[in-house]
Amino acid sequence: MLAHAIFFYIFSFIAIFSAVMVTVSKNTVHSVFFLILDFISISFLFIMIGAEFLGMIMLIVYVGAVAILFLFVVMMLNVAQQKNEWFTSGTRSTHIPIGLLISLIIFSELIIVIGGWKYKPGLTDSISIKIDANITNTKLLGNVIYTDYIHLFQLSGMILLVAMIGAIVLTFRERSGVKKQSYFKQISREKKEGVELAEPESNKGVKIDT
Amino acid sequence: MEYFLILFSEVYKIIFLLVPVLTAVALIVWLDRRIWALVQKRRGPNVVGPFGLFQSLADALKYVFKEIIIPASSNKIIFILAPIVTMTLALIAWAVIPFSETFVLADINVGILYIFAVSSLGVYGIIMGGWASNSKYPFLGSIRSAAQMVSYEVSIGVIIINVLLCVGSLNLSDIVIAQKNLWFIIPLFPMFIIFFISALAETNRPPFDLPEAEAELVAGYQTEYSGMMYAMFWLGEYANILLMCSLGSILFLGGWLSPVDMFPFNIIPGPFWMIFKMLLLFILFSLVKAIVPRYRYDQLMKLGWKIFLPLSLSWVVLTSSYLLYFDLLPVN
Repeated sequence: MLAHAIFFYIFSFIAIFSAVMVTVSKNTVHSVFFLILDFISISFLFIMIGAEFLGMIMLIVYVGAVAILFLFVVMMLNVAQQKNEWFTSGTRSTHIPIGLLISLIIFSELIIVIGGWKYKPGLTDSISIKIDANITNTKLLGNVIYTDYIHLFQLSGMILLVAMIGAIVLTFRERSGVKKQSYFKQISREKKEGVELAEPESNKGVKIDT
Repeated sequence: MEYFLILFSEVYKIIFLLVPVLTAVALIVWLDRRIWALVQKRRGPNVVGPFGLFQSLADALKYVFKEIIIPASSNKIIFILAPIVTMTLALIAWAVIPFSETFVLADINVGILYIFAVSSLGVYGIIMGGWASNSKYPFLGSIRSAAQMVSYEVSIGVIIINVLLCVGSLNLSDIVIAQKNLWFIIPLFPMFIIFFISALAETNRPPFDLPEAEAELVAGYQTEYSGMMYAMFWLGEYANILLMCSLGSILFLGGWLSPVDMFPFNIIPGPFWMIFKMLLLFILFSLVKAIVPRYRYDQLMKLGWKIFLPLSLSWVVLTSSYLLYFDLLPVN
């Protein structure tokens, strides 16, 4: 049990430290790396409480895919420069009040959740699903998600699909004059249409690539 | 005292696993160069040791004694961290690979997810190296590589789902035992082909080695690295290739199982079969390297998203409907 406690404190310390560093560090790329460290240590905490499936999914989805895209965006846009401009230029940025409002809402939600857990200790016991230690939690999650909560599960899939299509529609622009490779066209080309004999007149030339 | 004993035995097991893995990496680098040379009618490395077997050792020694150069404009901490991350991630995945029923370091419930997670983290070493170098070629190389690895991971994930549907467990040993009667390469042959090609792309091997395409990007994300740090990238890359070979043999070729359960075959111990299958896959990998020209980047992306993903997804539907219709779903 001692080793368990030691590891718990190490990982939670790293998680809190990196969460603070995400907001404090000046270089935005560094803060994304700290965010990744935060995700990783939280997934370790998940694994330590026996939720190995959630921990691994957290690693695969958040660290392996979402954070990489995040890192891409931060590396491509020069966010550090923009941020400095907001703080130095005379005009007030509209982002800061909105950000403050959102963080206030999240903070009050956290207070409500933690308060509920503190003042109603039996809250976690009131969950209707029985957790059997002998069944792996992958199977347990599957049993619940694909039977009792199938509609919610599919609904969340739909929401993600709509968000994805929305993002594609917003960023899609059709450019004219771009040559695109078409495998079908390439393969179905025949000698007849590919080769053409022409007798050019003197000083006129032949126009190709029509 | 008890803790120390447990710690000591675990460290002993880890060393017993890692030293063979690193030796194997050195040997397959030699094998890779040798096959490459033979296909092109050259001799390849044949000077150091018998058949040139110690060539990788000599190379490693050279890298150790070379100076490590850190570019002045680089981000020093991340620059040093990148090869360490690459190599660590390439090595920790070996913890769950089973070489026989008993020869496995950690037989965890979610073994396949663990390998998938670790291999998806592998891209960070490359992104960090490319970004921290603060130079154009490494940055372009690392961005290419990240996009490529994320794309092909999706199709590998879907292929793994195909296998898991037939097994009903995420444990790697269970996956091998489920193939006792029939290796999954027979019912899932198209998936094996797609897995093989995706593994090539996932490990940045030719014909998908665009991140380090020497004609356009010098050496991609490794351009600014030198000495031991370069060697660590290199080791990590080959350890990842070997890991993909072992994953392929576990998922499709029946891991440590012998092809037929008959006299001359079943007296050979399991680990030898596993190593034999990994070598077979690796030889295929290096033959592909020798004979196939490099893809263009847009073709690579098209192949990943428009061909492999729909194909493997529809195969998931096919597999699950087949299993459901004939009532073969593994329920335990």
